[in-house]
Amino acid sequence: MASEALPLSWRRIPERYCLIGNSCENCKTNFFPTRKICPNCRRRGKLADKTYSGKGKVYSYSLVNVVPQGFELDAPYVLAIIELEEGPRVTAQIVDCGEKDVKIGSLVKMVFRKIKEDGDEGVIHYGFKFGLVK
Amino acid sequence: MVGIIGYGAYIPKYRIKMEEIAAVWGEEAQRIKKGLGIEEKAVPGTDEDSATMAVEAGRIALARAEIDSKKIGACYVGSESHPYAVKPTATIVAEALACGNDTMSADFEFACKAGTSAMQCCMGLVKSNMIKYALAIGSDTAQGRPGDALEYSAAAGAGAYIIGNEKGEILAEIEETVSFSSDTPDFWRRQHAEFPQHGGRFTGLPAYFKHVMGAAQALFEKTGTFARDYDYFVFHQPNGKFPREVAKMLGIEEKKLSPGLVCSRIGNTYSGASLIGLARVLDDAKPGEKIFVASFGSGAGSDAFSINVTDNIVERRKEGMTVEEFIAEKEYLTYGQYVKHRRKLKSL
Ligand SMILES: [Zn+2]
Repeated sequence: MASEALPLSWRRIPERYCLIGNSCENCKTNFFPTRKICPNCRRRGKLADKTYSGKGKVYSYSLVNVVPQGFELDAPYVLAIIELEEGPRVTAQIVDCGEKDVKIGSLVKMVFRKIKEDGDEGVIHYGFKFGLVK
Repeated sequence: MVGIIGYGAYIPKYRIKMEEIAAVWGEEAQRIKKGLGIEEKAVPGTDEDSATMAVEAGRIALARAEIDSKKIGACYVGSESHPYAVKPTATIVAEALACGNDTMSADFEFACKAGTSAMQCCMGLVKSNMIKYALAIGSDTAQGRPGDALEYSAAAGAGAYIIGNEKGEILAEIEETVSFSSDTPDFWRRQHAEFPQHGGRFTGLPAYFKHVMGAAQALFEKTGTFARDYDYFVFHQPNGKFPREVAKMLGIEEKKLSPGLVCSRIGNTYSGASLIGLARVLDDAKPGEKIFVASFGSGAGSDAFSINVTDNIVERRKEGMTVEEFIAEKEYLTYGQYVKHRRKLKSL
């Protein structure tokens, strides 16, 4: 049931709860998730934490009918690549909508949802998904 | 001075109509709608729970308060449907709202009044200058046993309030608060039980009415006010009938009651109920108006508040979705979809 080791999931809490990535102060490139080294500047890079606004738009999407184990209750759901207004792209579910409601370019904002549960007795993993902005 | 500097509500998108539930159990929908004063109720998404709804309401409250969330010194979450039996909801919420590690966090439990209990504690901490800002949330995804009367009303929603003590920031001053409580077994759920039990008719007179009236009278006495001094009344709303009966006992006109009475359209949101009702009133209230709030929690108790709306409300409520916007944004479920949403299969 536990698809992800607890320490790994726990370390990703700032990223998943608050959309915290980082940014290179040298070349001004934004990263999400965080990078350990700026690929542009290498050793000259200066990485600092950055909290993203959670606003963005749909870059691409598809309807997922056959879902991985642990996501059965959510099926079918829309999985999308979201382009954050600060630049980075993230893959996430779009909640409370059907395929017909979503378009490329649709405006979205981050929402806080359950990502998955490790069975009935395990840990509940929470994090960002996106909702359509009306 | 102590008061509200930011507030927010959250109501999930899904609804189920009384007709849909009644048809499954061979009951007469009209009789139920009339008896409960509820048309439809709010149901959470499959990936929503009390923690996620608390975060959503909290984010709106923060946007309206216009403060750095790191300055929040306490985060208290009241619920009777905390996602874990052991492990706090409050730490999940404080982390998601980026309150920082120096936040006093705890979960509150007192049936449907856990959120207003949290609000009273926040008032104390802020008024005594122990901390600058405090966040109180009531959030529930209430469950009723399939076929039980509670299944028609048990709904989902959350209300979040940020309490502060600077006059320039306060959008509604909380002038006074009192409680009225006693050991009354009107509703309960034992440790490993899936669904709550209730005392049927016993939930009315010795429970809801005695405690809400007790708190109301204590608040009037303490503040030297009368019912006629208030512009709005918000009561805990387990159904549409109880608040109307209390209003009748206190001699309150319908126009002072109806703005804060939303349960006919979303059901009983438990810990969220009086806080969402108050948010609905704050969405429209004018500076200088006076609001009376009385929650009710089984077991049993009621917390009453006397609230004065200030000039700051006009600017501060511009951000975020209003209660009416949440109510209007809806999608109906069939009973089959509802069973999936509420994960009732294993319990049937
Ligand atoms: Zn760089």
